[in-house]
Amino acid sequence: MAVYKKTYRPYDGGLTPSWSRFLVIPRYAFEELHRSRFLSTFFIASFAYPLVCALIIYVQHNASVLSLLGVQGANRLISINITFFMSLLGWQSMMALFLAAFIGPRQVSPDLANNALSLYLARPFSRVEYVLGKMSILVILMSLMTWVPGLLCYLLQSYLEGWSWMKDNVNLASGFFFGAWVWILILALLALALSAWVKWRPAAGGLMFGVFFVAGAFGATINGVQRTKWGHLFNISHLIGSVWVQLFGDTDGTTNGALFFRVPRGEELPLWCCWASLAVLCLVCLYMLARKIRGAEVAR
Amino acid sequence: MGPVIELDGLEVRFGDRVILKKLKAGLTGRSVGLLGPNGAGKSTLINTLLGFHKPSAGTARILGRDIRTHAREVRSLIGYMPENDAFIANMSGVHFVRLMAELAGLPREHALERAHEAFFYVGLGEVRYRALGTYSLGMKQAAKLAQAIAHGPKLLFLDEPTNGLDPPARLRMIQLIQEIRDRGDLHLLLSSHLLRDVEECCDEVLILKDGNIAAFCNLEEERRSNRRFLEIETRGSSNGCFLEAVEKLGCETAPGAQGRVKLVLPDGLEVRRLYEIAAEQNVQIRRLNHRRDSLEDIFLKAMEAADGRL
Repeated sequence: MAVYKKTYRPYDGGLTPSWSRFLVIPRYAFEELHRSRFLSTFFIASFAYPLVCALIIYVQHNASVLSLLGVQGANRLISINITFFMSLLGWQSMMALFLAAFIGPRQVSPDLANNALSLYLARPFSRVEYVLGKMSILVILMSLMTWVPGLLCYLLQSYLEGWSWMKDNVNLASGFFFGAWVWILILALLALALSAWVKWRPAAGGLMFGVFFVAGAFGATINGVQRTKWGHLFNISHLIGSVWVQLFGDTDGTTNGALFFRVPRGEELPLWCCWASLAVLCLVCLYMLARKIRGAEVAR
Repeated sequence: MGPVIELDGLEVRFGDRVILKKLKAGLTGRSVGLLGPNGAGKSTLINTLLGFHKPSAGTARILGRDIRTHAREVRSLIGYMPENDAFIANMSGVHFVRLMAELAGLPREHALERAHEAFFYVGLGEVRYRALGTYSLGMKQAAKLAQAIAHGPKLLFLDEPTNGLDPPARLRMIQLIQEIRDRGDLHLLLSSHLLRDVEECCDEVLILKDGNIAAFCNLEEERRSNRRFLEIETRGSSNGCFLEAVEKLGCETAPGAQGRVKLVLPDGLEVRRLYEIAAEQNVQIRRLNHRRDSLEDIFLKAMEAADGRL
């Protein structure tokens, strides 16, 4: 019907499958994010390091390029191993943290500030779908920043090194993939939870860093004062670093290639403590979201 | 036809407080008004029907679907215009309505088409590309109505639709609601503090007080029965004979001071006959009013009846 026919008419067309409706949210969000020049630049810039890694892998396997550059034997300086991939994961994860701090606060808080949640949830659209939709914005972008380039580098290395290398180092791919996912889920949940509770965007973004850096510093202070290592339970980067070491199948966490996520020697926490702490953090975030994501506030 | 909304012992509690107390009613009207003083439970009832609050006992059915077991299906039948400002500030109007229509399940192209249509329909066609945050209050109300109807619901919940509107904007909103009602494609549930809005738009009214149903009446029937109830003022010496004569015709009468009489006409008796009798008895009918038991009267009576005081 032409838009000039200004009348109400019921809708009798087809409907989209209900499982796919949460994807409407990221589609609209990407349209908006695309308009931010800063974000677009930052996002493109975040691929610089994976590109450098890919170049290193390529050059390392190309003797003619090395001789052309006059650095024969340079391939012995850098080895493509756990440290290499963990440092790639660590760097990209830092980028993902910045991204989450930038776009996370603009996810839930505007909807809460403008009472838009009642409109979302008055439709055949649940709270879980709302959170999934909002999370998927962060998950998709952070995936593109972390495990996607990581796995591409792994595939490039496998292609150049051969099938046997790929088979022997499958733990690198799985470690990268699952390690990145753990990090992405934590960041996404934390960003949404903070966005739901802190309506002022800059404060919510700042709080994201606060959770990582201030809590880490707090943990270090506890360690210093109490002469213990349990203060690291507050240090999310140390917790995730320990988990990565396990997922990559490494034995020594103190040689973790991701510097920011490296645990000091002698201060390693039991692995189950790290997993449990991260799980508790996720549960707290989910609880915070469950409290705030409601169609109507209840005044008790 | 079954009731549009059926309340079946619906009870809602917030902690220890009982907000809705075992409501039981079957609302069948095309447009139902929901009235009540502040804190009566109007918004809680709407929110419960939308699935925002869980009933602590009983249930409700909307167009035959149970809100407890078919919440998603129920919400797909409903369009909701909330009382407060509700929008996404940095989105353009048409973009916002399109998003809402897509979330309701419309495919992209249909959602876009219907968003444009809805915007033209509510009179915002010219400003549909402006950010919602820049809209005036009246425009925001209209945009809320647009998002509520864009996906073609079967039942429309309007929570205080004329809140904060100036008289022309209110009139336009009322006209829109009446237009939607008269097309007959959907049912309306209109919650308002303004009795006039409900009177102009609704044919049934449910009055809540302290979480109870204080009154439930069909306005059309009330209006019809009011047409048989007259108040007249007479002048003349043979007033008593006049009353006797009209009583013989089957009228119930209640004489008052200074020639005032209240009458209930029996079915089939025309008002014209009263004038004829008055002329025969040499009595002048100086004034004749149909009693207009306004919604305000009904509302006030309901408020009195609930606990005996206002």
